Amino acid sequence: MEQLAALIAATLSAGTPLLLAGIGLLVNERSGVLNLGAEGMMLIAAAAGFAVGFHTGNPVAGLAAGALAGVLFSLIFSALAIGLATNQYATGLALTLFGAGLSAFAGLAYVGKSVPFKSTFEVPGLSALPFLGTAFFKLHPMVYLALALTGLVAWVLARTRAGLVIRAVGESPESAHAIGYPVRLIRVGAVAFGGACCGLAGAYLSLVYTPLWVEGMVAGRGWIALALTTFATWRPWRIALGAYLFGSVTMIQFALQAEGVEIASQLLSMLPYIATIVVLALISRNPAFIRLNMPASLGKPFHP
Amino acid sequence: MPRLEARPAPSPLMGYLAPVLALGLTVVFGTLLFLALGKSPVAGLRVFFVTPLETLRGWSEVGLKMVPLLLCALGLAICYRSNVWNIGAEGQFVVGGIAAGGVALLAGADAPRAYFVIVLAGGIVGGLAWAGVTAFLRDRFNANEILVSLMLTYVGGLLLIYLVNGPWKDPKGFNFPYSKTFDAAAMVPRLFPGTRLTWGIVLAVVVLAAVWLFLARSKAGFRLAVAGHAPLAARFAGFSAREGIWLSLLLCGALAGLAGALEVAGPLGQLTPQISPGYGFAAIIVAWLGRLHPGGCVFAAFVMALIYIGGELSQSRLGLPAAITGVFQGMLLLALLTADTFIHYRVRWR
Amino acid sequence: MTAPAGTPRLALRGISKRYPGVLANDNVSLSVAPGEIHGLIGENGAGKSTLMKIVYGAVRPDAGEVLWDGAPLPAHSPAQARRAGIGMVFQHFSLFDTLTVAENVLLALPGVTDRAGLARDIEAMGEHYGLPVNAAQHVYSLSVGERQRVEIIRCLLQKPRLLIMDEPTSVLTPQAVERLFATLRQLASEGVSILYISHKLEEVRALCSRATVLRGGRVTGTCDPRQESVASLSRMMIGAEPPRATGAARQPGAALLEIDRLTMPPLERTGKALDAVSLTVRAGEVVGIAGVSGNGQGELLALISGEDRRAPPQSVRLAGAPVGGSGVVARRAHGLAFVPEERLGRGAVPVLGLHLNTLLTHDAGLTRGGLISASAIVALAASIIARFDVRTAGPTAAAKSLSGGNLQKFIVGREVVKQPRVFVVAQPTWGVDVGAAARIRQELVALADAGSAVLVVSEELDELFEICDALHVIAGGRLSARIPVAQASVERIGALMGGGAETEGAHA
Repeated sequence: MEQLAALIAATLSAGTPLLLAGIGLLVNERSGVLNLGAEGMMLIAAAAGFAVGFHTGNPVAGLAAGALAGVLFSLIFSALAIGLATNQYATGLALTLFGAGLSAFAGLAYVGKSVPFKSTFEVPGLSALPFLGTAFFKLHPMVYLALALTGLVAWVLARTRAGLVIRAVGESPESAHAIGYPVRLIRVGAVAFGGACCGLAGAYLSLVYTPLWVEGMVAGRGWIALALTTFATWRPWRIALGAYLFGSVTMIQFALQAEGVEIASQLLSMLPYIATIVVLALISRNPAFIRLNMPASLGKPFHP
Repeated sequence: MPRLEARPAPSPLMGYLAPVLALGLTVVFGTLLFLALGKSPVAGLRVFFVTPLETLRGWSEVGLKMVPLLLCALGLAICYRSNVWNIGAEGQFVVGGIAAGGVALLAGADAPRAYFVIVLAGGIVGGLAWAGVTAFLRDRFNANEILVSLMLTYVGGLLLIYLVNGPWKDPKGFNFPYSKTFDAAAMVPRLFPGTRLTWGIVLAVVVLAAVWLFLARSKAGFRLAVAGHAPLAARFAGFSAREGIWLSLLLCGALAGLAGALEVAGPLGQLTPQISPGYGFAAIIVAWLGRLHPGGCVFAAFVMALIYIGGELSQSRLGLPAAITGVFQGMLLLALLTADTFIHYRVRWR
Repeated sequence: MTAPAGTPRLALRGISKRYPGVLANDNVSLSVAPGEIHGLIGENGAGKSTLMKIVYGAVRPDAGEVLWDGAPLPAHSPAQARRAGIGMVFQHFSLFDTLTVAENVLLALPGVTDRAGLARDIEAMGEHYGLPVNAAQHVYSLSVGERQRVEIIRCLLQKPRLLIMDEPTSVLTPQAVERLFATLRQLASEGVSILYISHKLEEVRALCSRATVLRGGRVTGTCDPRQESVASLSRMMIGAEPPRATGAARQPGAALLEIDRLTMPPLERTGKALDAVSLTVRAGEVVGIAGVSGNGQGELLALISGEDRRAPPQSVRLAGAPVGGSGVVARRAHGLAFVPEERLGRGAVPVLGLHLNTLLTHDAGLTRGGLISASAIVALAASIIARFDVRTAGPTAAAKSLSGGNLQKFIVGREVVKQPRVFVVAQPTWGVDVGAAARIRQELVALADAGSAVLVVSEELDELFEICDALHVIAGGRLSARIPVAQASVERIGALMGGGAETEGAHA
């Protein structure tokens, strides 16, 4: 029983970076911009967050630095894909390649170092509950924050004028421009939010989850988060569902190893990637259904 | 914000100038990078753009790196021209290498000298199959090829690590994660004694000509271009969208697989956990820098090979980590995208 | 906000705007008084849209000024234009399909927070001006006419003092046009100035008290259109009267294109289902399909062309051969040629040269062993260019470098040179200048004279009446019975376009 509780807790922890990145990319994509640079932003943020966390000894400063790095990196994307109307696919890819290279280069000094703070927390009172305490109330605050952020994004998109404007821009930038909205500025904002969230996710990985800096440590989570937005058909709470689902897939390998199942670790490590492919194929199978839910201008450059 | 004003027609001059401009921008940023690191920019740039070309051996190393980059880039150029966003050439390269390695390990002591041909064929089939998965899922399930091809790259990489740590590990290899070294018959013959260059480079030139002919002159290449530029026009003309997906992905997979085979049965001679220093990803940049044109890809592959070798050299000559290669690669692509804007737009400030 | 009496509400003084390669507006001046309905007429490409974008702040003029109540409007944006009281109803609606009517309106009204109140206002406004809408409906579920109502209501809720209408009737049935005019007259009587952009001279004569005529970016006349004839207006607009297409008297021959009780759900959510569509086109006749766009024309055409091959084989027949399940290439082999409504991106690949664009529909003799013969495709393109008087830099010029009219001449020519047995063309002259339009119509008639079966889908009733032997009307995915053009009238066709009776009429 206690083992199951620990598994649930581990699943929530493993799903959190996917949720953070996914919810940011969702806002990003709802405004009509597809940023394939997620992996690169997460990597650079993981390196920057770790460096700041390592030097200041302050996890909050580290996470903030990660978010900031994500925003700065997203601005490179915005300058090109929104400012200069370059191809969004190619620009995102470039950002990922650049982020991978730069983070590997800049992070070299931190390989093998560890951060001087604990990553265990407890919710006072509730953590003592049997089963539930271990499963839900001994997690890092970022886990709860990610959920709160999901709720916030869901509320903003559905209920506020700001959300309506973002959706409108993603649906038809031409119309939004015609009735006087600064489409490019709104998109830069949405992309920056995506950058901040991917940054938080990256810093969470290097400061809390691992907690180490290793080259290429994001290991495709940026891409999985991108797949999550399709999986979730661009709805916030479904991102959370998907993120935890993938978190649980990651955990299966540990559970199996703990059970003493004799499968090579590399083969088990393939699970999240294979799961992504399978889920993507199942959810995309009906093109009309995807088109129905996808922001209509997603991936198309707009220049007034 | 700057305002972009569409040119009445794309500027052909800028089409050729943009890669040069991008290279120039990269050199400028590289200079700044070296200054920031406290290194002499002259010495730094020299390591990247001059040192590799000072000796015959250096030239042969450049050629050696150009082969996988060019082959992958040609395949990717076909994909991108057809608007199929395959970014998994790296995985197709790796699985091609695995398949070729598997065939090579099967070679008996009495294998004929031509056995390497089967090894290369194995590589082609491996890459083809890996790309075929992406094509199948895209065609049958409408699954996004960007994500699928990339996920398969991770899977391919893990498969390689599993094999060299497990079933294919050399029992006499002191527990290193390497396969046995291949028998001589499984290896692609050397082109000149004294260099590591193999007949692979000749093969690459043949492939280059074939791809050029395919893209520029064949009806099938034309159909791909129409499907890429204007899917509705392709449908109007009766060209099959499925053909575009399958043909471009399979061709790319075959070429990337061939590149992987040439690498493991060429300079490497065995399977290791890292048979590719990111050739498949760098080839994306090569394809764009080469304007998705076979001839352009040669030039771009040359530049990219220099960046690779420069990265290796800067470790020994400048005391900089080899990861600097990745920084240069990313900068190059970003600079290229910036420069490309001027093909279609003039920038007006207001 | 009151200006001295007699001050025009809007005045343009010497407006010029140059785009690369064209002078879109050349020293244009005009003025609109309060409560005036002012027509702005001109051909496609005369500069009307550019001028309106300048008024609306979306485009900045190179020279000249915009006066509002006698005071210059500084360099402005659409948002500022709206605040000043300028509303615009776009030709291509600026609505968001996946949002509701109320949300669409809300987006244009900064500061409104009371969504329930807004929904009531929308419906009340619609009631007042005879524009009924349901505020809770999603836009994608609305008909084109309903969407236009939403656009107009959205504008009116901003209390405009100048309303710009850009080609508002191209999507409306004749009866709906009458209702729209009643609404506009009511608005004008309440003091709203209206700038009415159109190339339809009859409408301008019926609605406007003053009109400015543009040709090639310049003003060629200002008049009271009620005092002018269509002919005199047309001379100001075009310079000369276009020739009318004339054909020889023909005897229809065998049925070459037959659609037989074709019922089909749409491919896209926003598409129209076809309901038991039947149609026959014989050799040597031109048959037209009239109707407001979005009523199933696109779906029907895709089923005829083979782009959509879900039809039962027998329900589409070419010269008797069942082809409902065949692809585009197989149908072409049966002698079908098709010109789609969208020229760039469907009828032609924008970035490719004209010579390569011939390969979209031609094959014989152009390839050998899978390789393209460059000389053959250049020669073919050159012959089309010469025969159809296409103005272009040459046979290798990119398709997108051609003007709309010239590209259409090339695309129609590309099919006509094949002497197709069955020729299907959608909106043959949409956005095409008058000279090219006349030429294209003449080609269609000539093809029928030569024994082909020609099917024309168009929104322009004048055009259909000019070249067709018989008409059908499509509305809501249903096709009317065949009406010989001699028995057709604008009123009768208009009633059918509105989805009136007769759709169930006996087959003639």
